[in-house]
Amino acid sequence: MSPDLLKLIFGRLGFESLPLHEPIVVGTFAVVALGGAALLGGLTYFRLWGYLWREWFTTVDHKRIGIMYMILGIVMLLRGFADALMMRGQQMLAFGGSEGYLNAHHYDQVFTAHGVIMIFFVAMPLVTGLMNYVVPLQIGARDVSFPFLNNFSFWMTVGGAVLVMASLFIGEFARTGWLAYPPLSNIGYSPDVGVDYYIWALQVAGVGTTLSGINLICTIVKLRCPGMTMMKMPVFTWTSLCTNVLIVASFPVLTVVLALLSLDRYVGTNFFTNDFGGSPMMYVNLIWIWGHPEVYILVLPAFGIFSEVTSTFSGKRLFGYTSMVYATVVITILSYLVWLHHFFTMGSGASVNSFFGITTMIISIPTGAKMFNWLFTMYRGRIRYELPMMWTIAFMLTFVVGGMTGVLLAVPPADFVLHNSLFLIAHFHNVIIGGVVFGAFAGISYWFPKAFGFKLDPFWGKLSFWFWVTGFYLAFMPLYVLGLMGVTRRLRVFDDPSLQIWFVIAAIGAFLVLLGILCMLMQFAVSFLRREQLKDVTGDPWDARTLEWATSSPPPDYNFAFTPVVHDNDAWWDMKKRGYQRPLTGFRPIHMPSSTGTGIILAGLATAMGFGLIWYIWWLAAASFAAMLVVGIGHTFNYHRDFDIPAEDVIRTEDARTKLLAGAR
Amino acid sequence: MNTDTHATHADDHHHEGGHAHGSFSTYMLGFVLSVVLTAIPFWLVMSGALPSKQITALVIMAFAVVQIVVHMIYFLHMNTTSENGWSMMALIFTIVMVVIALSGSLWVMSHLNSNMMPMHQMSGMK
Repeated sequence: MSPDLLKLIFGRLGFESLPLHEPIVVGTFAVVALGGAALLGGLTYFRLWGYLWREWFTTVDHKRIGIMYMILGIVMLLRGFADALMMRGQQMLAFGGSEGYLNAHHYDQVFTAHGVIMIFFVAMPLVTGLMNYVVPLQIGARDVSFPFLNNFSFWMTVGGAVLVMASLFIGEFARTGWLAYPPLSNIGYSPDVGVDYYIWALQVAGVGTTLSGINLICTIVKLRCPGMTMMKMPVFTWTSLCTNVLIVASFPVLTVVLALLSLDRYVGTNFFTNDFGGSPMMYVNLIWIWGHPEVYILVLPAFGIFSEVTSTFSGKRLFGYTSMVYATVVITILSYLVWLHHFFTMGSGASVNSFFGITTMIISIPTGAKMFNWLFTMYRGRIRYELPMMWTIAFMLTFVVGGMTGVLLAVPPADFVLHNSLFLIAHFHNVIIGGVVFGAFAGISYWFPKAFGFKLDPFWGKLSFWFWVTGFYLAFMPLYVLGLMGVTRRLRVFDDPSLQIWFVIAAIGAFLVLLGILCMLMQFAVSFLRREQLKDVTGDPWDARTLEWATSSPPPDYNFAFTPVVHDNDAWWDMKKRGYQRPLTGFRPIHMPSSTGTGIILAGLATAMGFGLIWYIWWLAAASFAAMLVVGIGHTFNYHRDFDIPAEDVIRTEDARTKLLAGAR
Repeated sequence: MNTDTHATHADDHHHEGGHAHGSFSTYMLGFVLSVVLTAIPFWLVMSGALPSKQITALVIMAFAVVQIVVHMIYFLHMNTTSENGWSMMALIFTIVMVVIALSGSLWVMSHLNSNMMPMHQMSGMK
């Protein structure tokens, strides 16, 4: 075939795009291919495809979508953490003339992929998954406002993750750092597909994130059960509301910035170039207008989880509910006023730097207020040190350290010394792992029995906890030391042999975290095998306080047979205190949304379009875009969008629960 | 469908509360206002009635802001009570965000421009 025809069909994709010269990647591919083949073979052998398609892939049930988000987050955690281990290994070895085992080309992709994956495809799915699962239950709703949109959002997030994973084996990923600053990310300096993978993965996933934000805001504003005024909402719902407001307000900025960057790369505009009037600094400015709210998007729901957990496991009403709500709202606004602290050193004058330094320090006030609220909730409480509470206490200790180094970095003169050093790396891992990751783990162990009807095995959970916490401190405290000594981030080789010991300690810490992750996977497996012993039939295994514990575990498709009526902040606690009796009769048919495959098809087409744009396969991009329009418009003619669960089915489900509850007493 | 049923329909909706609806006269008023507010800036540019381009630009911006308000009131039916005040709240939040992002970016970028762009600095040096 002629080269022109090949180019027309495959764009710039060819055999040389496959990283066959990288033995590490080839080895990884072999393992992934074997594992994937085993998984697909197993699914086929046990005839699970139909079940997965009907019950999971096409579902519009917020609970199942929430669980799928969590699975996505945990799978991507394994990939992101593999990158982290590779970096720790490289930096531990590359001393005294050794080049380590990763070449620069590969190493730069590894640290970029690590950042992108951990933020967009681990932290975001974990947070969104928990919100998706818990928020409708906490407000006494049957589902989210737009159930189909929810399914579509999830699959768009998966589409982005698929593109990032594809870059590992087809072509390469960006070598620019996780925010892809121009001019490095412009076509002149990054002519390969790496940055295009980055752009389209984030654009595809970003659509999902934005739509899911709109969906959850609408759910919280419109679908609260009778009696639940704004100031009677559970704190997790409040933090979810603020997080989603932040998502809707900030993700469009990311979308626009990336769109401008793609115009620079694809059609030769000069928004962020060095010459012809472009300004790379504008990119840095805009992307941090999104980027700073993003960290609060991640951590606010974690704050909500800790609030629920602290109050439940201290057996007390949350201390200072009102101040908690106001602190959350203040953080929401303030998170928009601090973005410049990410580039104090880029050349702003004293007035700009001091303004943003001061606003940054002010954020620590509402955050500190929250910390004291949790402490006062625990004070004189009857604290049960179950797994969720352990994660919460680890969070409180760790996050305070991270917060203090954050305030230190907020001082512009100090930042001129510490900017881009490993001190910064240690700081943000300290708050993101200590805050978001520990929060997600607290949330997983807290709500797992709600989602599956049995608790997680405490032995493996505690093992995982201790490995994670000690591993975290061992891995990141040395980075503070190194950063203070002036070691900058993203270095591949080192000259000064006295630094090596700190990198060895950090690598040991990372290895402990690996054990923590393995113990966590073990915990899921063991809990599944021991599910009969760990079973909870009450639906309320922790003696908890909010509405999600009023229904069975796992909740029925319709969540609540009768919409609850709320009189108190801790609605379920209040119902228990007043001797609430479950209604046993009078059930009626329940109106529910139907499953649809449109979401996964649209997202698949969007992913194909992204792939086409990355490789300049224009016919694929155009065809998938056209197909998206056709499917999207076709879906508007789908009139089978809802159905009624017959009253008999509701009666059967509720009677089964009545029997279980009677057996438990 | 005759106009009578239509009118009662609209009335029914009014009683549900929360939603504000426009009548023919308010839509007409909004339309005329938006046409006028578009025509004047055109005229300003075409005729060059104002002495400097800068003033013209500022006046056009002012008209644009008024235009936005007209659209929100007459076409989007926003007022302080619609949707239990949520639409007002969302509007205020949006304005705060946009003002922060725009004014902050202008401030930051003007600093960066004067401190970090060598060409500019040399020509602008006094």
